[in-house]
Amino acid sequence: MNEMTIQTSLKKAGSKGRVPAGKKPAVKLKEHIVEIISDSGEGAQKCGQSLGAIAAQMGNGIWTTEIIPAEIRPPARSVAGASGNRIRIGSGYITNGGDETDLVVAFNEQVLLGRVRAKELKPNCIILLESMWRTHTDPKIVASYIETYDRVVAAGYKVYEIPMEHECRTIVADARRGKNMYALGMLCYIYSLELKLAVDQILLAFGKKDKSVVDANIKLLEAGHKWAEANLDFCYSIPATRSTEPQVVVNGNTALALGVLASGMEICAMYPITPATSASHYLSEVFEKVGGMVHQAEDEIAACAFAIGASYASKCTITITSGPGFSLKQEAIGLAVMGEIPLVVVNVMRGGPSTGQPTKMEQGDLMTAIFGSHGDAPKVVMAPGTIEECFYSIITARRIAETFNMVVVVLTDAGLATSQQPFARPKFSDTWMAPPVDQSPIPAGAKPYDWDETTGLARRFIPGQPGGMHTLTGLAHDRDSHVAYDAEINEQTLRFRSLKLAALQKTLKAPSVFGDSKGDLLVIGWGSTKGAIEEAVETMRAEGKKVSSMHLQFLQPLPPGIKEIMQGFKKVMTIESNWSDRPEDKIIDETNRRYSSVAILLRSRYLVDIDCWSEVKGQPIKPGTIRRVMMDQLKKQK
Amino acid sequence: MNMMSATECLLQMCEENFELEDYQSGVPRWCTGCGDNAILAAVQRLCRDEGLRPEKTVFVSGIGCSSRFPHYMNTYGFHGIHGRALPVAEGVKMARPDLTVFVNTGDGDCCSIGAAHWIHAIRYNMNLTVFLHDNQIYGLTKKQASPTSPIGTKSNTTPRGSYLEALNPLTVTLGVQNVSFVAQAVDWIPEVLFDIVKAAYHHKGLSFVRILQRCPEWLPKSLDPWMNDPNKVQLLNHENGLQFSAGLSKVYKNQLQHDPSNMDRAREIASSTDLVPVGILYRNPDVPCYEDLRHSDKLRTAELTSAGLNAELDKYTVWPQEMKEKVA
Ligand SMILES: Cc1ncc(C[n+]2csc(CCOP(=O)(O)OP(=O)(O)O)c2C)c(N)n1
Ligand code: SF4
Ligand SMILES: [Mg+2]
Repeated sequence: MNEMTIQTSLKKAGSKGRVPAGKKPAVKLKEHIVEIISDSGEGAQKCGQSLGAIAAQMGNGIWTTEIIPAEIRPPARSVAGASGNRIRIGSGYITNGGDETDLVVAFNEQVLLGRVRAKELKPNCIILLESMWRTHTDPKIVASYIETYDRVVAAGYKVYEIPMEHECRTIVADARRGKNMYALGMLCYIYSLELKLAVDQILLAFGKKDKSVVDANIKLLEAGHKWAEANLDFCYSIPATRSTEPQVVVNGNTALALGVLASGMEICAMYPITPATSASHYLSEVFEKVGGMVHQAEDEIAACAFAIGASYASKCTITITSGPGFSLKQEAIGLAVMGEIPLVVVNVMRGGPSTGQPTKMEQGDLMTAIFGSHGDAPKVVMAPGTIEECFYSIITARRIAETFNMVVVVLTDAGLATSQQPFARPKFSDTWMAPPVDQSPIPAGAKPYDWDETTGLARRFIPGQPGGMHTLTGLAHDRDSHVAYDAEINEQTLRFRSLKLAALQKTLKAPSVFGDSKGDLLVIGWGSTKGAIEEAVETMRAEGKKVSSMHLQFLQPLPPGIKEIMQGFKKVMTIESNWSDRPEDKIIDETNRRYSSVAILLRSRYLVDIDCWSEVKGQPIKPGTIRRVMMDQLKKQK
Repeated sequence: MNMMSATECLLQMCEENFELEDYQSGVPRWCTGCGDNAILAAVQRLCRDEGLRPEKTVFVSGIGCSSRFPHYMNTYGFHGIHGRALPVAEGVKMARPDLTVFVNTGDGDCCSIGAAHWIHAIRYNMNLTVFLHDNQIYGLTKKQASPTSPIGTKSNTTPRGSYLEALNPLTVTLGVQNVSFVAQAVDWIPEVLFDIVKAAYHHKGLSFVRILQRCPEWLPKSLDPWMNDPNKVQLLNHENGLQFSAGLSKVYKNQLQHDPSNMDRAREIASSTDLVPVGILYRNPDVPCYEDLRHSDKLRTAELTSAGLNAELDKYTVWPQEMKEKVA
C-alpha cells in the first residue's frame, strides 16, 4: 500500500458515509507483534490480554508483555504514560517477546510518541491512531496531534486514523469505558480471529456484572469488527494449530503463586514491592481456600523473620520480594542458613541499585543471591527461564529447602512477572506437597545437629517433638546446638553447611545444550532470557552458523557437566541483563573490566576465558539484538 | 500436622508432674546480681506450676545478655538476631497455635533496633508472652546508652551523659491500637514478679511485661533509689488485677487501687516518673488475636490443594476444542 492509498482510505474512514474498502483476502503471516496502548485506566491492558487469550484459544503461540508506566497515574496524554499490552502472535510456539512491533493501536498520539522514541516500532509499522484529537476543542491538543501525526507519517509508518471515540459514542455515553473492546473487535477482524472467542472473554470479565454492561461491551466489540471490515484495506491470518492438550495462560507472578499453592507451603510472608506484589495479591485471593495464608508484615525484615519462625516450627515457608526488600532480608537469610531452617525466598528482580527502576526488568541480583548475607552463607539459587518454570521452580525449591534444610532463592524478574505464555496445564501430584510436620518423639541421645560427615545433612528437630528440646541459635554452635566458640567446631560447621551444596550438586543433571554439542560459539544464559537466546540461536543455525546455547536453571550450586559442554566450542560467551564494563571504553581493559555476573561465576569456576555481553535497558533483550551480538562474536573469531 | 486430641493431651499431662529441673538447662552466664537471674527463676517456676510441656513451649529471643534466656530453659528455644525476636515468634505462633510462645527481649532489642516490630506486635495481638528485660543499657555490647537510659546516663557512647529523655515503654505500648495487656515488674520483688509473669501467661493475647532489671556490671546504682525506698514503688492492686500478701504490704505500703480495664488511668499511671508502678496497668481480654483472625479452618490436605489448584487453573485454561465441549 502506498502513501496515497493510505491517505485516501483514511479520508474515507474519517468521513461519515462509510465506503467499504471491500474485504481483501487475508495475507498469511508467520507471526506479528501487536501493541495496544493508551493512558492508564483506558483499558488497553485488558484489550491486550484478551487478544492474547483469544489467539491462544485459536491455537496460536503467544507471548504477551505488559507495558507499564512508571507512575501510577501519569498525566493524561503523556509520552511516558503509555500503558497497555504487547502481544506476539505466531504460528508456532513463541518463547519470548520478540523484536520490534508490527502493528500498534494507540488511543492518543502522545503514548504513541513514547513508543516511537523508545524505538520499539518496526520501520514500516502499521499504526491505528484514535483521530478524535484532530478536532479537539483545545487548539494545543490539535496542534500536538497534527505535528505528531505528520512526523510519524513522514518517518514512514503506515498510519490509519480511526474515529474510535466517535464510533463508540454511538453505542455508549462514556467511550473511555469500552473503547478497548471496540479496539479488540478491530483486532479480531485484522487477525481473522473468531469473534465468538472475544465474546467469551467479555463474559469471563464482566459476566458477574449486570447484563447491560456485558451487552454494551459485546456491541462495541462487534462495532469495532464491522468498522474494520468495512474500512480497512488489509487483513491478516496467522495459521494456528490447535493444541490437543489443555494449556494455561498466566503471567510469571501468577505462575509463582500457583506454584506456592501446589507446593503445600502454608504461609507466605511478604511486604509490598513492585514488581513482586501481584504474586502476593493473587495468593491473598486464593491461598485461604486451600488452608494457607498471606501475612503482610510491617517490613521485609519482619516478613523474612516471620517466615523463618513459621518454617522453624512447621513446614517450609515462603517470602516473596524484589531487590530492595531482598537487601533488607539478608541478615535474616543468614540466620536461616546458620540455623539450617528451610526457607524459600523469591526475588522478582527489578532495576537496581537502590530504588532503581521498579517496573523494569533486570538480572542484577545474582551475586547478592549467591553471596548475600555476611560470612559464608551457602544457599541454593535457582532461576526459572519460562513462565512454566516459574510454577515448577517453587515446587522444586520447597522440596530442596526441606530436604537439605537450606535457604533456596528463586530469581525471576519483572519481564517474567508481567509476561504471559501458555504452557501445558499442570496435573497435580501428591508428591509436590510438603510432608506433614514431624511430631514424633526424638530418640534418646539424638542431637539437633547431627551432621553427616559426608553430606553435611542433619535431621531437624521441630518444636512439639518430645525429647527434641534445644535452643536454635544464630551463634556458632555444636551438635547439641550449644553456643561454641571453639575454633575446630566453627570450621567443622562451616564445612558441613557448605557440603550440603555439594550434596545437592551431585543430584543435579548436566544442563542440556540447545543446538549441536560442538561448534564455534556457545552462549550461556540464565533466567528470563532463555526464549530470546534460543530463538537467536535457532535463526542463526538456520543460516548455517555453528552456534548453540545453554541455559542455567541452577546458579548455585552449578550443575555438573558444564566444563565438558564448554569444551565442545571454540568460544563461550554469556548474555544477561546486568552490568558489564564495555571493552570499548577508553580506560577499560582486561585488568579492570568488570564482567557480568554469570560470566564471573563461570570464569572463576572453570578457568575458561569466557566473554560476556550484557544490556541493562530495563527491558527484555530482543532476539534480534542477541543475533547481532553473536554475529559480532563470530566475526571476532576470524 | 500430627496433633494430639485434647483428651489425649489432658491424660498425658495428668501423668506428668514437672520439676524445676525439667526446665533448667545449662548454667546461666549472667553476671552475679544480674536481674536476668530473677526473671529466669520466676519463669521456670511458672512453667513448673503450670505444668507446661517442655516440647510444646518455645522461648524466642533476639540478641543481648537477656536474649541468652532460651539457652537456660529446657524447652524449645530460638535465639535469633538482634531486634527480630517478635516477628520470629509471630511466625512460630501463626504456624503452630498449639505451642506456648514466650519472648525475651532487651531494651535495645525491643525499643531500638526492633521498635517497628514492637509496635506492630502490639497491633497483631498474637497470644505471646513478652518480657522486656529493661536494664536501661546495652549490656552485651558493653555499656552504650539505650533508648530507655535515663537522661544523663554516662555510657561509652555518651561519656558526658546521654542527651535525650528516656523513652517510656509503658506509655508507648499503651498508645498502640489493640494493646491488650501491659504490666510492669521489678526484678527485686520476686513474689510480685512471679504474680505478674503468671498473669501475663494467662492472658490470651500479647502480654507485654516490662521488667526493670538490674545490671550491676554497667549501671550498678541506677535503680538504687527505688530499691532502697519501698515507698517509691507503687503496687497496683485490684480485685481484677493483683492482690498482695500481708507480708508484702507491710513493706510496700504505697499501693494504689487500679482497675486494669481503665485505659485512661493506666496511661496516667504509666506516665509517672518518680514512682515506679508495679502491677497490671492494663488488661483487655476481648481484643482479637491475629492468629485467630487469620488461621484457616481448612487443613492443607492434598485433596483440598488439588481441588483448589484445579479450580484456579480452570480460570486460565485454554481447552482444546474437543475437550472444551466435554468441560462445558
Ligand atoms: C544488627 C546488629 N546490630 C548490632 C548488634 C550488636 N548488639 C548485640 S546486642 C546489642 C544491644 C543489646 O542491648 P539490649 O537489647 O538492651 O540487651 P541487653 O544486653 O542489655 O540484655 C547490640 C547493639 C547485633 N548483634 N546485630
Ligand atoms: S552485663 Fe548487665 S545485663 Fe549483662 S549479664 Fe551482666 S549484669 Fe546482666
Ligand atoms: Mg539492655
